[in-house]
Amino acid sequence: MITQKTYRQPDSAGKFGKYGGKYVPETLITPLLELEKAYNSIKDDEDFNFQLANLNKNYTGRPTPLTYAERVTNHFSKAKVYFKREDLCHTGAHKINNVLGQILLAKRIGKKRIIAETGAGQHGVATATACAKFGLQCVVYMGESDIERQKPNVFRMKLLGAEVVPVSSGSKTLKDATNEAIRDWVTNVEDTHYIIGSVVGPHPYPMIVRDFQSIIGRETKEQIFLEEQRLPDYLVACVGGGSNAIGFFYPFMDDKTKKIGIEAAGYGLNINKHCATLTLGREGIFQGMKTYLLQNTDGQVNEVHSISAGLDYPGVGPEHSLLKDNGLVEYYSITDEEALYAVKLVSELEGIIPALETAHALAYLNYLLPKTSKDEIVIVNISGRGDKDLNTIINYFNPK
Amino acid sequence: MKKSRLENYINEIKLHEGKVLSVFITCGFPSPDGFEELVLSLFDAGADMIELGVPFSDPIADGSVIQFSSQQALSQGINLERTLLIAEKIKSQSDKPIILMGYANPFLSYGVSELAKSIKEIGIDGIIVPDVPIEEYDDFFEDNFNEVDTILLVSPTTPTERVIEIGNKSSGFVYCVSVKGITGKQHIEQKNSIEYVRGLRHILKNKNILVGFGISDEQTAYKFSGVSDGVIIGSAVIKSILNSNGTYKETLDFVKRIKNKISNY
Repeated sequence: MITQKTYRQPDSAGKFGKYGGKYVPETLITPLLELEKAYNSIKDDEDFNFQLANLNKNYTGRPTPLTYAERVTNHFSKAKVYFKREDLCHTGAHKINNVLGQILLAKRIGKKRIIAETGAGQHGVATATACAKFGLQCVVYMGESDIERQKPNVFRMKLLGAEVVPVSSGSKTLKDATNEAIRDWVTNVEDTHYIIGSVVGPHPYPMIVRDFQSIIGRETKEQIFLEEQRLPDYLVACVGGGSNAIGFFYPFMDDKTKKIGIEAAGYGLNINKHCATLTLGREGIFQGMKTYLLQNTDGQVNEVHSISAGLDYPGVGPEHSLLKDNGLVEYYSITDEEALYAVKLVSELEGIIPALETAHALAYLNYLLPKTSKDEIVIVNISGRGDKDLNTIINYFNPK
Repeated sequence: MKKSRLENYINEIKLHEGKVLSVFITCGFPSPDGFEELVLSLFDAGADMIELGVPFSDPIADGSVIQFSSQQALSQGINLERTLLIAEKIKSQSDKPIILMGYANPFLSYGVSELAKSIKEIGIDGIIVPDVPIEEYDDFFEDNFNEVDTILLVSPTTPTERVIEIGNKSSGFVYCVSVKGITGKQHIEQKNSIEYVRGLRHILKNKNILVGFGISDEQTAYKFSGVSDGVIIGSAVIKSILNSNGTYKETLDFVKRIKNKISNY
């Protein structure tokens, strides 16, 4: 794993500034310490890195391409736009990068049963896929609302041999699936490894997931140097929990490249049905971490909304909270409607159907590009493909 | 060391009545109307102390029964502020201990130093925050809780050195989680759990230990109180309230039976 020269996070207690940490019941402390120890012992291990590199190359299909988006570029007639193509990863999104790393880790610490939470289903599919490949038992928790709107992914998980457990508590979405996965982990901690799908939860998860996802940024850096012989001016990625964004940004943390994270504004920021955690949230403690949180004045977690199940989350990774506060990354938000039109635009101009999550980052080009000049370079991380969202998209554009 | 009212209180009970019974109940459940009376009658039935649960939207350490009671309480407008008001009313009618139990975020949102002040004013005896382990203790409590008991938890996954560390930091008593898992667990492997608590007894010689999670009937309560200083019941009480239609007679009888059973030690 690479580390940055000047940007070094988290500290040894798992804090990103005042964020992060391990706010979990006592039962989980020892497994978290074990996990951290195991991770520290393998992250620079040659065998481990060789195994992971081999899987990334021959199973996931890495490196993923950096595609010049020529017609999108012409559409705006401003900066040159490139796409980092995580949609071309096996299983259709960046989630597999983290899962393969964690599966190898789980094998190292001798865990036979894997659990995961999923929102859009991409992390669940990636986990089910890796479990099938490694012959491990797999249980995926998924909110009932998400099961409804991401049906194809539910079928995929089942086909891959995973058990999908519907979660009916709370808002029946990603946060509730995560609660349920944590409860399972507390109960079955001896033989079970919990593969968290984003840079959220207690330390060491935000660090581990970031490190495994940072292959996105490392490849991007090499590829853009090859193509343009220089660093990009802007990186744009969507942020739910924030794993694709951190993985994309992290290798550029010491560089002057501007990094922009896009949250889901849902129906709009003014009607309180959104997931713009960093824009409108405040400090809270949630699912094991201290981080920005969408909550009411009593400290109860809000029921949030985004058309994209993967961004439908009231918290955000603690590292993003730090990066927001210190200004190293800028965060903005995009509404459901803007995202849907971005899906259409990019499908028509580039022949790429992006996931609704990704579409939030793409929609931001409407705001960013007019401010750029022709000699600048923008790279958008295409975190996933949109096949899973076809129902939602069809229903929006052709309501019955 | 803090001078601990809870510790003295527990020691006193051990001298005269055997073991301690602590009852967890979500504040405002089943209804804010008549809740204070319910707590007072729980005291009368034999609860030596009450753990008053502050409802939270995302209770990761709780099983379905307490989750449900939290949702009920929230939907009836219970928040930390109202919980404190209710505690104040109970305190004005009983001097038995009340311990505030809740997840970190509502406390953080209220302001931890503000909370410490309110707790002192009302005379609440202690606080339990299950998602603040010793790693986060100093960041979370800062110096605000020097005069209020902060009760910490140990669990079957806690190694010995850590049990000692937690024991040193915990005041009032040590909350021993009997099993790996969430509250309200149905089938616990009693033999292992009892051996585990017996082991703790030897490590934490100078501390009172109360055992919670999965204590659902008299027999279990009796067995666990044999190796500890008392037991905590929560989900079982809430379940019984759910099953009783309006009167709390069965619930109070249940509490009475448990208290009688463990007093034989």
